Amino acid sequence: MIQLTIDDRRVTVAEGRTLLEACREHGFPVPTLCYHPALKPYGGCRLCVVEVAQPPPPGDARPRPARLAAACTYPCEPGLVVRTNSEAVQRSRRLTAELLLAGAYQSPEMWALAKSLGVEQVRFQLPEADNCVVCGLCVRACQEIVGVSAISLIKRGMAKQVSPPFEIASAACLGCGTCVLICPTGVLRLEDVSGYRSAHAAGAAEAREYCQTCSELDLEPHFVAAPEALLAAAREGTGL
Amino acid sequence: MPVPVGEIYGLINQEARGEGSVIAALEAVQSRYRYLPPEALLLASERFGLPLAQVYAVATFYNAFSLKPKGKHCLQVCLGTACHVRGSPRILERLETRLGLRAGGTTRDRRFTLETVNCLGACALGPIVVADGEYSGQMTVPKAETLVKRLLRAEAEVTHD
Amino acid sequence: MTKLADPAALAAWQAALAAADGHDRPTLTVCGGTGCRVYGSERVCAALQQESDRRGADLAVKVTGCHGFCERGPLVVSHPERQMYTRVKPEDAREVVAAVLDGRPVADRLRYPDPQTGLPIQHEQDVPFYRHQHRLVLDLNGTLDPLSLDDYVAAGGYAALAKALTALTPAAVIAEVKAAGLRGRGGAGFPTGAKWEACRRQPGDVKYLICNADEGDPGAYMDRSIMEGNPHRVLEGLLIGAYAIGARQGFVYIRNEYPLAVKHLRAAIAQAEARGLLGENILGTGFSFHLSVRLGSGAFVCGEETALMASIEGRVGEPRPRPPYPAEAGLWGKPTNINNVKSWAAVPLIIANGAAWYAALGTPTSKGTLIFSVVGKINNTGLVEVPLGISLRQLIFDIGGGIPNGKQFKAAQIGGPSGGCIPAEHLDTPIDYESLSALGAIVGSGGLVVADEDTCMVDFARYFMQFTQEESCGKCVPCRVGTKAMLATLERICAGQGRPGDVEYLLELGETIKRSSLCGLGQTAPNPVLSTLRHFRAEYDAHILHQTCPAKVCKGLITYQVRPEKCTGCMVCLRNCAVGAIHGAKQQPHTIDPAVCTRCGMCQSVCKFDAVAVN
Ligand SMILES: Cc1cc2nc3c(=O)[nH]c(=O)nc-3n(C[C@H](O)[C@H](O)[C@H](O)COP(=O)(O)O)c2cc1C
Ligand code: SF4
Ligand code: FES
Ligand code: FES
Repeated sequence: MIQLTIDDRRVTVAEGRTLLEACREHGFPVPTLCYHPALKPYGGCRLCVVEVAQPPPPGDARPRPARLAAACTYPCEPGLVVRTNSEAVQRSRRLTAELLLAGAYQSPEMWALAKSLGVEQVRFQLPEADNCVVCGLCVRACQEIVGVSAISLIKRGMAKQVSPPFEIASAACLGCGTCVLICPTGVLRLEDVSGYRSAHAAGAAEAREYCQTCSELDLEPHFVAAPEALLAAAREGTGL
Repeated sequence: MPVPVGEIYGLINQEARGEGSVIAALEAVQSRYRYLPPEALLLASERFGLPLAQVYAVATFYNAFSLKPKGKHCLQVCLGTACHVRGSPRILERLETRLGLRAGGTTRDRRFTLETVNCLGACALGPIVVADGEYSGQMTVPKAETLVKRLLRAEAEVTHD
Repeated sequence: MTKLADPAALAAWQAALAAADGHDRPTLTVCGGTGCRVYGSERVCAALQQESDRRGADLAVKVTGCHGFCERGPLVVSHPERQMYTRVKPEDAREVVAAVLDGRPVADRLRYPDPQTGLPIQHEQDVPFYRHQHRLVLDLNGTLDPLSLDDYVAAGGYAALAKALTALTPAAVIAEVKAAGLRGRGGAGFPTGAKWEACRRQPGDVKYLICNADEGDPGAYMDRSIMEGNPHRVLEGLLIGAYAIGARQGFVYIRNEYPLAVKHLRAAIAQAEARGLLGENILGTGFSFHLSVRLGSGAFVCGEETALMASIEGRVGEPRPRPPYPAEAGLWGKPTNINNVKSWAAVPLIIANGAAWYAALGTPTSKGTLIFSVVGKINNTGLVEVPLGISLRQLIFDIGGGIPNGKQFKAAQIGGPSGGCIPAEHLDTPIDYESLSALGAIVGSGGLVVADEDTCMVDFARYFMQFTQEESCGKCVPCRVGTKAMLATLERICAGQGRPGDVEYLLELGETIKRSSLCGLGQTAPNPVLSTLRHFRAEYDAHILHQTCPAKVCKGLITYQVRPEKCTGCMVCLRNCAVGAIHGAKQQPHTIDPAVCTRCGMCQSVCKFDAVAVN
């Protein structure tokens, strides 16, 4: 068992727990977005930040400086001093929620969450807002629960998005709908695309690029329907 | 041109040395063909036993990989800090106007690709433009103009022959 | 080539090299660093070789790593006299060889002129750029052939490894590194010895070492130069570390934009393996260590240690939260120790010469030397190694030779996109970890960019923000969206559309992103903006409140105009304007149509009469 202090209260939790689990177990509310109890913690949305201070070393009573850390990924350590709702925590959550809205200001779910954290206005909006907050829940559910990894988070930075490989219908997708159910903003859709039922982001079909040279859909590989044929050809080519 | 899947698979197998070498395998394909044909991703996914979605995520995360074939000539403008303060953005703009391209793009006729890089480690010579592997230092807008003209002229001759 | 059976065999080899014929024959070293190569040093080398052959002379011509004084390349130095020739062309080969063989004087154009007196300087060691430096890690860069293990061994290479393996316990090695006060040179300045100890203490047999050679800071190239110029020293450092920590496998993660460094590193690994200095049963002591090279694939965030490890594991280079720290759970969940190239390269020196020798340089909290790449608006662009604690003024003016074209120094940006700027009034600040962070900058990895009066600090901050925004991995919200919000605000300000309240918004975003981001990229991304706001607030106000860019850089706030009194009507600008914004007849003053002008500055750079002004 591990002892730590949350909002001035001494609590005891089992070894191996995260701060978020400790907080919830002992009734300290902490907002989350990218966390799901059935999935490995991710630490992407940063709404669950709390103030964490290391215990002072023996013989030194001065408190250590506190830093903000995501509760969902921080492992409980003996003697930690945690604040779940300090001024700094609130300020950070408020601005983070406002930033989340920048790309999802049409989502009622996100507005409700942001309002509960004190957001009143959105000062910055992304022109290409598509309501996806890149929390990665769908991708992790597909990988960890369904076990097929039909979709992933592709590209990086601002361009990061949820997509099946090659941004076309995925051959691996079972059409189980787990991703659609877990999505906090309702942006994912499940549709019959070119013969497959496949998960994809709403509006993705229109957004696909056409190749400047051949005016065919860019990156659309022909082998997706029959990967076996490609592999056979490859093996033959190398003589393996 | 049909994609030489056998050769690609050979490259991938050559680099497949233990865990984590999928990136090295993709690098080998990228440096051989200057882009990653879609087949390469599927073959890598098969060879390393990784979901295709994961390989696609890797291929789109790293700047060194390109999923589109590059142009015959490749121009790189350094936008590192040293080159920036010495005026490389203007050189990039001039090349963009001249080639009718945005950085990162390839012309319709697949003749030119224009890219930016973050520091080539030759900052003393900044601003730097690399044309088909050849470095030109202390670039100015007029020098960039000359460089493009030379390339365009050479290309025009090729077309006439 | 046989493997060295034991440490004595290494010592014997070294002695044989020292006694060998011609080891002390006259030599010309030609800098073969990336910079000098671009200037054509390979052709210079070939010409020198040819000339020496033609004369049938006993003169060795050797390509070395970067000498550091990139500004004056291609550099050639004669040994043992250390006569220095700068900006050498292939045509100069005859003259240079004659100077060495016949003692004939060379033309002044090949000499570096003393910046004060203008008189040509003969010897390398008298050049102010070198005179004020303290080259420990870079000491051999100008004399070694980086592709020759013989050269490194002859210079005492791998003796520190032999000493560690035979005379020191792993704990003693760690104690020595601790006593030397070495701090990580990759950015954060974490004490290296303490880090090693934490990893050593971890239970388990499998431990990994990583050499971080990703060098993502744009405008910094010291790691590249070390790998190019003296790869064996990095290897030796890694070997000593592996022995101290108890690791059997290591990785060097190196940027693929550095092909020459990769080549030299791979060659060094192959040589060391062939001689039994790497691999199984090293020097017959039973100690084994293997090293693999992994190429970075163009992602700045992969310099961050947890992202780097994800990349080595073959995944997307996304950082993960710490704790657990790499020392507890790193590569494939095993204890892992990661250090920067410069940190590893300092280790053999510390072991060979003792902790006290190293700790004699520097300040009470920051020991030893730092390597900077000094670039931007500076006369002597190059690589510089100085003791910690020297002042910025010494670095920029005594070594760097000051600002070109008689312009005024404005600021030095230290630590790249994670760092901050230091304005003129703090030029006397000593360079050490504590003093710089008090000013809102960091020592960082050693990139130092000099800005002069023509640099707009708002644009400078915008540049870094754009860099980090493009390099953000996109995993966490504050960094992915927050840096975008900061960038959009800065872009508006630079376009002349700033609004009152923008500065406060930037401050609010900056403070929150720093505190709430997942990894060091986001946690430091706002620094360039916050530090320019702190030291150059007036420039922001000029942009926002008065719609002017004092440095005349921001395009939305400047116009190009022809000065009629200077214009001769030569039509050169008119012909060169890409968008046809210039009008005027021959021998009549021209005019520029601001509505059409794209502010590319072409007219100004082609005008021979200085008739184009920016307002
Ligand atoms: C965004 C980011 C980029 C980094 N890039 C580098 C780098 O290019 N080289 C490096 O050695 N360390 C880099 N670091 C620091 C590493 O995470 C790590 O602290 C360092 O390699 C440890 O080595 P040291 O203790 O020798 O400094 C970076 C950190 C961050 C947050
Ligand atoms: S701070 Fe930036 S780079 Fe780091 S995890 Fe967050 S998004 Fe990725
Ligand atoms: S719940 Fe998203 S970071 Fe913790
Ligand atoms: S900034 Fe361009 S080469 Fe370094």
